Amino acid sequence: MEQSSLKKTPIYDEHLRAKARMVPFTGYSMPVQYTGLVDEHHTVRKSAGLFDVSHMGELVVSGPGATLAVDRLVTNDVQGLMDGQARYTVCCNEGGTILDDLIIYRVAADNVLVVCNASNREKIVGHFNQQLSATHEVRDISDDTALIALQGPRAMEILRSGVADGRAEELPAFHFADMPVFNVDCTVSRTGYTGEDGVEIFCPPGEAARIWRSLMAAGESAGLRPAGLGARNTLRLECRMALYGNDIDDTTNPLEAGLGWVVRFDKADFIGRTALLAVKEAGLARKLVGFEMTDKAIARDHWWVINDADEQVGMVTSGSPSPTLGKNLGLAYVPAGSAAVGSALRLRDPERGRIGNAIVVKTPFYKRTR
Amino acid sequence: MSDVPSDLKYTKEHEWARIEGNRVTVGITQHAVDALGDIIIVSVDLKVGAAVSAGKVFGVVESTKSVSDLFSPISGAVVAINEALKDAPEKVNESPYGDGWMVAFETDGTSAELDGLMDPAAYSAFLGSL
Repeated sequence: MEQSSLKKTPIYDEHLRAKARMVPFTGYSMPVQYTGLVDEHHTVRKSAGLFDVSHMGELVVSGPGATLAVDRLVTNDVQGLMDGQARYTVCCNEGGTILDDLIIYRVAADNVLVVCNASNREKIVGHFNQQLSATHEVRDISDDTALIALQGPRAMEILRSGVADGRAEELPAFHFADMPVFNVDCTVSRTGYTGEDGVEIFCPPGEAARIWRSLMAAGESAGLRPAGLGARNTLRLECRMALYGNDIDDTTNPLEAGLGWVVRFDKADFIGRTALLAVKEAGLARKLVGFEMTDKAIARDHWWVINDADEQVGMVTSGSPSPTLGKNLGLAYVPAGSAAVGSALRLRDPERGRIGNAIVVKTPFYKRTR
Repeated sequence: MSDVPSDLKYTKEHEWARIEGNRVTVGITQHAVDALGDIIIVSVDLKVGAAVSAGKVFGVVESTKSVSDLFSPISGAVVAINEALKDAPEKVNESPYGDGWMVAFETDGTSAELDGLMDPAAYSAFLGSL
């Protein structure tokens, strides 16, 4: 794609000033790294990193019983949320495969915020509009919303300089509230995509760059650094957080993806329930597993899982060196018979013919110690 | 701007060639290093003495983020491989035009292939066009 046709987030100039390497990502010019992926990764694990994730999609569903209406569109229990509480879920089609993974924020019973992947924004807005009745309004506020993620063990301490009375620290995980951040009205959510403590700050685009600069200044002594999409990917992979388009998509169902924990068969009916119940009863043919390389090779996205006859029997969906663990890790769909921890996997680079060996390991690969 | 030493020749695949008589030493440019990030594997699929033709893939370089093929800029016989990169691939990041060299070839020295490589001005212009 031409650089000129790419959209810019409200924080774009700050990335250029920090000498980020910008890459096209879902229609936006986004920072993939500043000083270096590995540095940024370690900074988030040890201190804190600041991410511009303004490309993410945000929609608001409003109208009487909006929470109940959205509950039917997603697999996890949204109806049971309290005001100010958020929950991770997937949204399936009737066939039980995944349209997107989402975080649902219950603002009030009649007002729900939905955060979706940038690449799925139009699909999800269309799906919600199609599935919801006229009594519910779906408003795409993505272009009016900037999103900054402050993540890492020192994130909350850094945020204190911009938020009065420790209000942000009072938020339990997966809770959110409106509060001024550096005197700008924002929504602060105790969520993230790194496996570390931290927040995501929804803010007005016109103030986003100022909030970014204020946070950078406030966090300087704590070691806060901007972090790009490259580190975001390795951080989420270590925690086995799914990446839409890689680990999950509309050809995969949440049960085989290891997301059974967000599928609540015990709640009211939802789109995809019948199909997923059939999948569950039939048993899974394949499973998404975590693996660790046992030789020097680094399996990457789209490598094949092969059998002894060198035939493809599965697919690596995410593969990368892990900066925290110093190992080469990944996620792959494998036949159910090879999914147990300790199973040996043979992996093949279809482009270059290289072979790598791996074993199935427990996930998450990394979990922070509280 | 990327560092583009004046005594080297370049390819569109962001490799450099240092031509000293019949000996051509090859590595990847500062631009390539910047794009790759931290390099963790340099894997050369050649042995000393092997014959290589221009444009052929002779190995890969891997960073945390990505994998890139290494292309031979010229035809020739392999006379040296930088074995130090096996244990210290970071030398490519630290010194792409020095300790980070990858392979040395011996050519007949009159090859038109050498003329096909970009000079520093042409490579700088190429970088500017990206």
